[in-house]
Amino acid sequence: MQTLRGIGASPGAAIGPAFLFQQEDLGFKAYEVAEPQAEWKRMEIAFQMASTQLKLIYEKALQEAGESQAAIFEAHMQMIEDPELIGLVRKSILDGHNNAEKALLDAAEHYARTLEGLADEYFRARATDVRDVAHRCLRLLLGRPQVDVVLNKPSIIVGRDLTPSDTVRMDKSMLLGFCTAEGGATSHTAILAKALGVPAVVGMGDIVLTLADDIPLMINGRTGEIIVNPDETTVATFVQNQKSEKERAAAELLEVSQPAITKDGRRVEVVANVGSVADAKKAVTLGAEGIGLLRTEFLYLDRQTAPNEDEQYAVYKTIFDIQGSRPVVIRTIDVGGDKELAYIDLGHEDNPFLGWRAIRMCLDNPDFFKTQLRAILRAALGHDIRIMFPMIATVNEVKQARRFLDEARVELEVAGNPFGEKIQVGIMVEIPAAAVMADKFVKVVDFFSIGTNDLTQYTMAAERTNKKVAHLSNALEPAVLRLIAKVIEEGHKGGVWVGMCGELAGEPKAIPILLGLGLDEFSMAPTLIPHAKAVIRASDVAGCQKIAKKVLDMQSYFEVDAYLSKLLL
Amino acid sequence: MAEISFVIKNKVGLHARPASVFVREASKFKSAITVIHGDKQANAKSILSVLTLGANLGTVISIRAEGEDAEDALKALMTLNESNYGEAQ
Repeated sequence: MQTLRGIGASPGAAIGPAFLFQQEDLGFKAYEVAEPQAEWKRMEIAFQMASTQLKLIYEKALQEAGESQAAIFEAHMQMIEDPELIGLVRKSILDGHNNAEKALLDAAEHYARTLEGLADEYFRARATDVRDVAHRCLRLLLGRPQVDVVLNKPSIIVGRDLTPSDTVRMDKSMLLGFCTAEGGATSHTAILAKALGVPAVVGMGDIVLTLADDIPLMINGRTGEIIVNPDETTVATFVQNQKSEKERAAAELLEVSQPAITKDGRRVEVVANVGSVADAKKAVTLGAEGIGLLRTEFLYLDRQTAPNEDEQYAVYKTIFDIQGSRPVVIRTIDVGGDKELAYIDLGHEDNPFLGWRAIRMCLDNPDFFKTQLRAILRAALGHDIRIMFPMIATVNEVKQARRFLDEARVELEVAGNPFGEKIQVGIMVEIPAAAVMADKFVKVVDFFSIGTNDLTQYTMAAERTNKKVAHLSNALEPAVLRLIAKVIEEGHKGGVWVGMCGELAGEPKAIPILLGLGLDEFSMAPTLIPHAKAVIRASDVAGCQKIAKKVLDMQSYFEVDAYLSKLLL
Repeated sequence: MAEISFVIKNKVGLHARPASVFVREASKFKSAITVIHGDKQANAKSILSVLTLGANLGTVISIRAEGEDAEDALKALMTLNESNYGEAQ
């Protein structure tokens, strides 16, 4: 048994024999041609045939893996018709008297290398596409037909890096997962694996290419771990886990409408993060006791004009009505320089996450902001609604935002529009400054909701999506946990309730810590609710307090993670 | 000859789908169209040259068109960028 590590590129786990996929070496000779015109004709015919093939493959991919996968082959067709590429090949044949194979490969390599030299991973990944297209034409020139990859039993495909043309000719019904030596999280293999819903581990290094065909593998697409030749106990545990996982999920679903009360009798609220009307419905069926984060951006994006008050009112009312008497925390619009609004010039910022976004932009655009506030107030009539301001850094910002809320009320009164009277006002705690100053904020808010994703990225000065610093950006880092502890403690001292709407709230490992710290409300993606409720029911606050105390005193995320993993065993 | 400049608005830049759409649009016109990004130039009708510009979000590019339908071509490409290449955010 041997454990190897790569990059988890598509979640899930699988166990099965390896299928070593080797790209055939098409080996061709370079030579001088006597009749360049005839050679060019040969090339043109190959281009045409490749184009026809790609049209058929496009249809196949469309059926098997959907439109985004099929689009890859549309791009391949464009590459074959590329006037610059064709020009280079033509010149090389007609002027340089090179044979078609050499002319084609030289031109394709020229572009592939240029793409590989670019900084952005998205562009670098396109080099694979260029080579894939060249390979297709080369086969046609050499008269070597493309053969289907036949899997005669369910297998895990192992290879260097798979091209779109490789994967499209694989039998998906026998495919358990992918494991590749090269490639990153945005490589073709990763994208395809996600579309098909199978696990993938990429960037393993050349060591995976030395694996024997048929050797048993166990791959985990979340952790990026693969186990070669797992022993009997490991396999048995895996099979057992998958089975019990299914049974557990079914059992948890049955109890989902029951409240989440710890063994020693403390009840906490488990609510949902929601970003659409459909989510709001799903949340109810999965046992959400309300909404802990209603994102409102969906109303604003992809349109030419700002949504007006009536339009917003209609959508909010629909969602509030679905929730009935359950509480709903609605967050005012949170956009900035990383998104586009056709009707407000957000400008291009070098650092949009530290820029003019969310409440900062709203406070500078009172009419725009108050339109949303009026719509919320009107829809709140007869419901338990809590308004939450995002990206708050100073107490003064809350005071200003509250002033606009008061103005919105007056405007509605003047207009004779009825609106909800008893509305709580709170802030999202996602900027470290707000966490540190929590004792001052309690005087101007009714609640805190901790946004752990941004709080982590701002505390650690590291973004999760940047692979090189991703190890720094973990919400279980003691520095982040200490801020969370402080917010909860100061909140309670000041008489305000404290919730959490970041990913950490739905993380089973973290729930004991959060219970121990006294978190009142856990808000998460609806699908995570059944399990989170079960974890809470299995916990006792006294024990959790000990866990929380312990982790706050640890040095690193790794120490915390190792300790929590041990607790779960 | 006509020329315009604009900022790439697509989140992932002019790669894959957006580049593909851009090239298809440019190919509809008779004019010779050049995309300029810093010291790099590309034939707007060539997917490979456009990709090798590596134009990601926020990149300022200039487009130069020469020919009978130059103005129309620039207008069409500008509109395409404004509409985010027909993609959702």
